[in-house]
Amino acid sequence: MSTLAALARAEAAAAGRAVPVATVRHLHVHERPLVLIPLAMAGEANAPLAAMVGCHPADPALLVVAQPRNRDQRFAFAAALGDLLCAYVEAHAAVAEPVAVDRGRDVRYRFAGAPQLWVPNPGGIEFLRLFGRYTRFRSEGHPAVPLLGRWLTFFASAAEVPGSALLVTAVQALSLHWATGQSSAEDAHLGSQLAWIESGAAAPRAAECGPPAGPATDPSFDNDVLAPLIESGAAGETAAVLREHLTPIWEQMWRTLDRLRGLPAGARVGSRWDADRDAFSAFVRHLADGGPPQPRRDGAVAAAARLHHLEAAAARYAVQRAFDDPLVMAEHRLTGAAFAAEVVLAQPDRIDESGRRPVLRPRILVRADEPVRVEPGAALTSPARPAQKATVVGITPAGAGRTDVLLELSGGMGRRLVAEAASVPAVGERLVLTTLSETFRPIAVFPDPAETPWTHGGPPAT
Amino acid sequence: MTPPLDRLRGTARPKRHNARTIAALTGNPGCSRRAVLDAAGVDKPALAERIGFPGSFGQSRFALARGTAFEAMLKADGCALLREVLGVPAGVELGYEDLGADADHTLVERHRRTEELLAGTPGAAMVDHPLLTLEVAGQQVFLEPDLIAYQAEGRIRVVEIKSFALVDGQADGAKVSAAAVQAAVYVLALRTLVRRLGADEARVSHEIVLVCPENFTLRPTAVMLDVRKQLSTLRRQLIRLRSVTEVIDAPPAGLSFDPELPPSALIQALGAVGARYAPECLSACELSMFCRHEAAGTTAALGRSVREALGGIATVAEVLDLAAGRRESCDSSAPGPSAGASGQRVDAPDDAAALLRAAARLRAEALAG
Repeated sequence: MSTLAALARAEAAAAGRAVPVATVRHLHVHERPLVLIPLAMAGEANAPLAAMVGCHPADPALLVVAQPRNRDQRFAFAAALGDLLCAYVEAHAAVAEPVAVDRGRDVRYRFAGAPQLWVPNPGGIEFLRLFGRYTRFRSEGHPAVPLLGRWLTFFASAAEVPGSALLVTAVQALSLHWATGQSSAEDAHLGSQLAWIESGAAAPRAAECGPPAGPATDPSFDNDVLAPLIESGAAGETAAVLREHLTPIWEQMWRTLDRLRGLPAGARVGSRWDADRDAFSAFVRHLADGGPPQPRRDGAVAAAARLHHLEAAAARYAVQRAFDDPLVMAEHRLTGAAFAAEVVLAQPDRIDESGRRPVLRPRILVRADEPVRVEPGAALTSPARPAQKATVVGITPAGAGRTDVLLELSGGMGRRLVAEAASVPAVGERLVLTTLSETFRPIAVFPDPAETPWTHGGPPAT
Repeated sequence: MTPPLDRLRGTARPKRHNARTIAALTGNPGCSRRAVLDAAGVDKPALAERIGFPGSFGQSRFALARGTAFEAMLKADGCALLREVLGVPAGVELGYEDLGADADHTLVERHRRTEELLAGTPGAAMVDHPLLTLEVAGQQVFLEPDLIAYQAEGRIRVVEIKSFALVDGQADGAKVSAAAVQAAVYVLALRTLVRRLGADEARVSHEIVLVCPENFTLRPTAVMLDVRKQLSTLRRQLIRLRSVTEVIDAPPAGLSFDPELPPSALIQALGAVGARYAPECLSACELSMFCRHEAAGTTAALGRSVREALGGIATVAEVLDLAAGRRESCDSSAPGPSAGASGQRVDAPDDAAALLRAAARLRAEALAG
């Protein structure tokens, strides 16, 4: 927890109302998302009890397993959910667009859209992951069952990638943008967290008494309501009770979506969604090519590659959020990874002629009135000009807690020896400079699985 | 039991400690309130309800039924399935002793039989419904492990039967760690017993066997868990808890949690024993709703990490005063109810104040656009 985020919680607690922790939306919100609220049967290994699912607030489909221990009913549920989910997903695989690759020398295609699933909380993702594991290897029965399993596995694995918006939880999406005046443990209850945002501190305690947003049900609901219904075999009544149970959560999900749509999207949200569309397109191709279901466990090489991918995505996501949002950048300013300063001197036409060829290297002197914790030689970037590198040449105290930083600029000024208009910060301009960088990091190269080194278990047995 | 303890409980019957409550105690060892109430055997759910802060700590019938069915399946036919899962080699005669059903009046007898069995020649045996004792905060507590497997080479192992699923070798982390702490409680109790019998405590293995259903079936599978880490945490925290005995030996005159008392008197009595509320209590302690209410306005109520990030300052009001510069330095800089296990603060008070002022300035600037 950063001090800034903790302070926001304290402010919310004192104000009796949630406060923003973001000034822009850091997440793509689909115009037609699929909301899915799974409920599981207590005690069983991920046995579905019900799901409310749909892409329109007024039209939820309710799937119920009236006898959750009955295997046939469980598969009927999987088939029904599979039909619904596959129809939704496949609707996004209709229109493709060309994307230039390899500096325009080649072209590849990706779908113009991608599906987006919303579940209430991380428990919902875990339920889908395990249900995907349960169904993806089935070969008998309805063909939608193994396909559902493979899609659920795809979504659950995408949800682990920082910044991906293919499978999103309402609880995490809200806490990315608002701080409540309660603990994060209490925020895990969707109704309670949303009440802080919508109505203020008096409402959450009442909301806590409402149904938890699954997948686990309340023990007293199990004992007093559900158990008698399951024993008596009254399927119609069970469905009615579960509909009543799920409806408030369904409404909370759509209210969450509305809230988030009310925020302006961050500048880099679109490029992350592009990456999601790439991942979706690649998986559609994998299915079309008759690729195998995802393995139970990744092999050593696949696991290492995945870890590398997740780490790179996490780093990129952290930088992009800071560049998109001054409130996120403020956290980096507090820890010294960024500072704000005003340009006091500028030499925009400075040419460095020490090399083989003259190059444009303007210098600016900025004055910061907050602590500067960078060293000479450090490469800084400003979110206003992400393509431009500013190298620290010198740091001098300027009295009264101020610091002068001399910077040499390169990049983002056009190809000529005269900088393009407004590409060099002018005197009087206020800048935020940070050690965070969006520079592309090379993708690590991993061996072929057949070449797995002995340190990692050697090549897998075939 | 000492008379002061009985007095604390009033006319109610005592609630028994078990591995689960001991594990919960170690989750928040600094909470004197929980330690005292548990040591006195106070019925916390009833107390919480009486003072108007009921919690929902029931267990689902479905979960209980599955747990019972799984255990019964393992123990059927003289533990046939369990032997298979534990990998008892064919030909090894593994005796099976069931010490009888769980009931209050069999406690002493079962404990005597457990001791007798463990003192006997170390043959191969499985002991069902054993009864162990452990000293917690100055009191003897009876504990009932699922099973003690007594292996041929004389090593004693605790077997913990749980009904959560192990899918592709992975299970819910929170459930596994809860099971590990519970098993560590049993290992500690067994080691105490073995030592008392004059044997080497290393005879009790620090590796426990966790038996769970595999994947999405009821087919059992066994995995070994090393509980050394849990054991050392447990030992350390049980020592800490001993200091609570002092409170119990000399409770303030008239302190009573008798359920017959009016709620206002009970609330007053609770106020006399300090709590250390943290949001984690909400899933572990039946009295947590009351403590949360009492902790309103403190940074501890927002979570340990929030409190630490705010420099350990105790109240929200003080944090905001410091952040706004209405106050120069914090006077409540003494470690508050949850300033970390060792009472350490993350920052010196003035650093904390400066950091808060900087944070407030940056936040205001960013929000102003």
